[in-house]
Amino acid sequence: MNMANVISPTTVDALIKFGIDVAIILLKIVIVLAVGLLHVAYATYFERKVIGHMQVRLGPMRVGPHGLLQPFADGIKLFFKEDIIPAQADKVVFYIAPIIFMAAAMVNLSVIPFDANFVIADINVGLLFIFAMAGVGVYGIFISGWASNSKYAFMGGLRSSAQVISYEIAMGLSLVGVMMMAGSLNLSDIIRAQGESIFGMYAIPQFIGFIVFVIAAVAETNRTPFDLPEAESELVAGYFTEYSSFRFALFFLGEYIAMILMASLCTICFLGGWTLPWYVLKIFPFLSYVPGVVWFVLKVYAFFFFYYWIRATVPRYRYDQFMAIGWKILIPVAIGNILLTGLVKIILKEVL
Amino acid sequence: MIKMQEPEKIFETRELNVNMGPQHPATHGVLRVVLDLDGETIVRLTPYVGYLHRGIEKLGESLSYFQALPLTDRMDYVSAMSNNIGYCVAVEKLYGIEPPPRAKFIRTIVGELSRISNHLLWLATHALDIGAMTVFLYCFREREWILELFEMICGARLTVTYPRVGGVRNDISKEFIDHLVKFLAEFPSRILEYETLIDQNRIWLQRTVGIGVISAEEAINWGMTGPTLRGSGIPYDIRKFMPYDAYDQVEFEIPIGTAGDTYDRYRCRMLEMRQSVKIIIQCLEKLPAGPVMADAPKFVLPPKDKMLIITHPVNEIAYFIDEKACKGCGMCLRACPAKAITGEKKKPHKIDQALCLQCATCFVTCKFKALKIVPGGKGQTEEKLVELAAQPVSDELKQAQEALVAHFDFIKKGPKVPEGEVYVATEVPKGELGFYFVSDGTHKPYRMRVRSPSFIHAGCLERLCKGHLVADVIANIGTIDIVLGECDR
Repeated sequence: MNMANVISPTTVDALIKFGIDVAIILLKIVIVLAVGLLHVAYATYFERKVIGHMQVRLGPMRVGPHGLLQPFADGIKLFFKEDIIPAQADKVVFYIAPIIFMAAAMVNLSVIPFDANFVIADINVGLLFIFAMAGVGVYGIFISGWASNSKYAFMGGLRSSAQVISYEIAMGLSLVGVMMMAGSLNLSDIIRAQGESIFGMYAIPQFIGFIVFVIAAVAETNRTPFDLPEAESELVAGYFTEYSSFRFALFFLGEYIAMILMASLCTICFLGGWTLPWYVLKIFPFLSYVPGVVWFVLKVYAFFFFYYWIRATVPRYRYDQFMAIGWKILIPVAIGNILLTGLVKIILKEVL
Repeated sequence: MIKMQEPEKIFETRELNVNMGPQHPATHGVLRVVLDLDGETIVRLTPYVGYLHRGIEKLGESLSYFQALPLTDRMDYVSAMSNNIGYCVAVEKLYGIEPPPRAKFIRTIVGELSRISNHLLWLATHALDIGAMTVFLYCFREREWILELFEMICGARLTVTYPRVGGVRNDISKEFIDHLVKFLAEFPSRILEYETLIDQNRIWLQRTVGIGVISAEEAINWGMTGPTLRGSGIPYDIRKFMPYDAYDQVEFEIPIGTAGDTYDRYRCRMLEMRQSVKIIIQCLEKLPAGPVMADAPKFVLPPKDKMLIITHPVNEIAYFIDEKACKGCGMCLRACPAKAITGEKKKPHKIDQALCLQCATCFVTCKFKALKIVPGGKGQTEEKLVELAAQPVSDELKQAQEALVAHFDFIKKGPKVPEGEVYVATEVPKGELGFYFVSDGTHKPYRMRVRSPSFIHAGCLERLCKGHLVADVIANIGTIDIVLGECDR
């Protein structure tokens, strides 16, 4: 019996279409993962070079020309290191903590629109999805601190979960203004709304939200001056003190992916994503021939540079001061920003 | 009826006991601090010292005064020059000698350079502990410069042993002075560079102002000295109150703080670096000519060109064993570093002239005067040597032989020191470094004791940290500027 006789042609068509869709998505995942991981590797290189030159030294120079192969050398080294598990550790939890942390960070890449038509999952609640997954990532941090059965790791885990939770509120609130202006939670829609708006990017009308977001993003990714959970001089390495080898690398990867994510989110919500403001295009019309992904990536790099820049400049906050900033300054300011945005929106509606 | 239990009986709370160190990135060496934490607040803090104890005081008692000098390098390895100077000033007082003026000025210069390099390392690590990473590397850039200057004058960077009892090891060169002048011209602008990064930085201020406050009275009661004391407003500086070396001939101010907190101590040290530059410039202007070692042959070795104990050049003389006088005791045989002497017990020994180094060890060792110095005996045959040795010894050679024995004694045992005891304090970058010696009239000290500022400052860590947060422990360890090598000795 012929197969074609059993399955109707429409089903075959649907199946083929489904297959192609899946293949495209798989292809996109492969591309995003490969490019994303390569970016993580070179984000470390970029960081060491940038900070190195800010600190009157050269950064990595040995492996490859100008140390270009250093990230690979680091990766190979981490892979072949001995995997040490503390004797008193809660083994199962100890194993899964870095996986949770890394997976939660990586999943977020699926909703990031890198270009007008390049997004793995164009879901309507993209922004909420990112917040939800960031919340899951906290579990990774916290249970790693708990499972290590070390006081330093424990304190690092506690600090980190408190930090991520409280700054997530500030960050969420800072983005509410953007949601109100764009009228959508879909990240692609936010970018399109931004491109069509009079300012070209929301960083200008939403500058209060932008500032709050940048501070909260730095805190959310545990970077200087908010790197308390892994404050080297106090807690040795914080929640991953007891981790070694590739489990440590997973935390490391997760952290840098979280950085990429925060930079992308900033690019999407405040800097106009893959678009350029219309006034820039008016002055330099030839720029419209450059593919959008280039602008997206450049904006992300700029944000990365900003990360490194502050790392080379400022000291570290103390835990209580840091929490005070989050709760007493950022959250009220973000709420004020929401009120202001709402008021301006109503007034504009009345006037126009 | 159900009886309500008191909540604290149901939930028992305990403080979290955290062991910080001895292996910890921010405890400046091997300080171990045991913290009892209530949340993040410190309830109790106990510093444990002794992980770097090498028994330097005890070692000093079994070495001559010369030999113990390099040990002081290993105490505060961050500012070895200052430690050397402290030791030398104390021993000089015990001997009753004075270094020549040029040596005093050179010592002041290197002492202040050492102070700058110490404060740079302090600032670097203090800032790094608080999280300002760039300051660390900026400071190390200039510290490297100073270490290169040290290398230029004595060949060593850290364990210098450049100041000696009675002066300094060697004179400074023109090249060194040129480089130093260049450094002094550049350095004040570099201090400004560090201050741009942190001085008015809001985070830095939040982390240091009001942290580790100690009042002037308490600071004195705890025995604090140096910038740690001056931060509380007490202008006590040994360089001014009990001047040693050339400090009475230069003008400088003592920067003091008011609040006695971490920030004031930081400001004190920053201003002190500027004062040090001022002192060095004055020293260079006033630097007198002359020798760099005291002329006190009983205590200080004369310079090498005056040490020609044998008026005959070394390459002309030969050592020879008189067969009649030799009792075959084997002393010279064992002492000879070149193993040139052979012979059986109770039989006359022989020197293999081809192996002999002309070091005179055998000559000094021999108790029976069997060894002879034969002028013009080098490269001669055995018979000729016997013939030459039989000739009467000239007065000149006799005197030279006596000087040789005396010199050997001096080197091997060290100078004999008059009985007495002495305590001399000097202002090292960390505070008051005191050396206390008891001499019983022999070649070695009967007791050597070091008053180390780091040890005393480590003691008041709990006073500074109590009630603060974990992060402040790090700031406070930084602000009292301790080095465990000096603390444990």
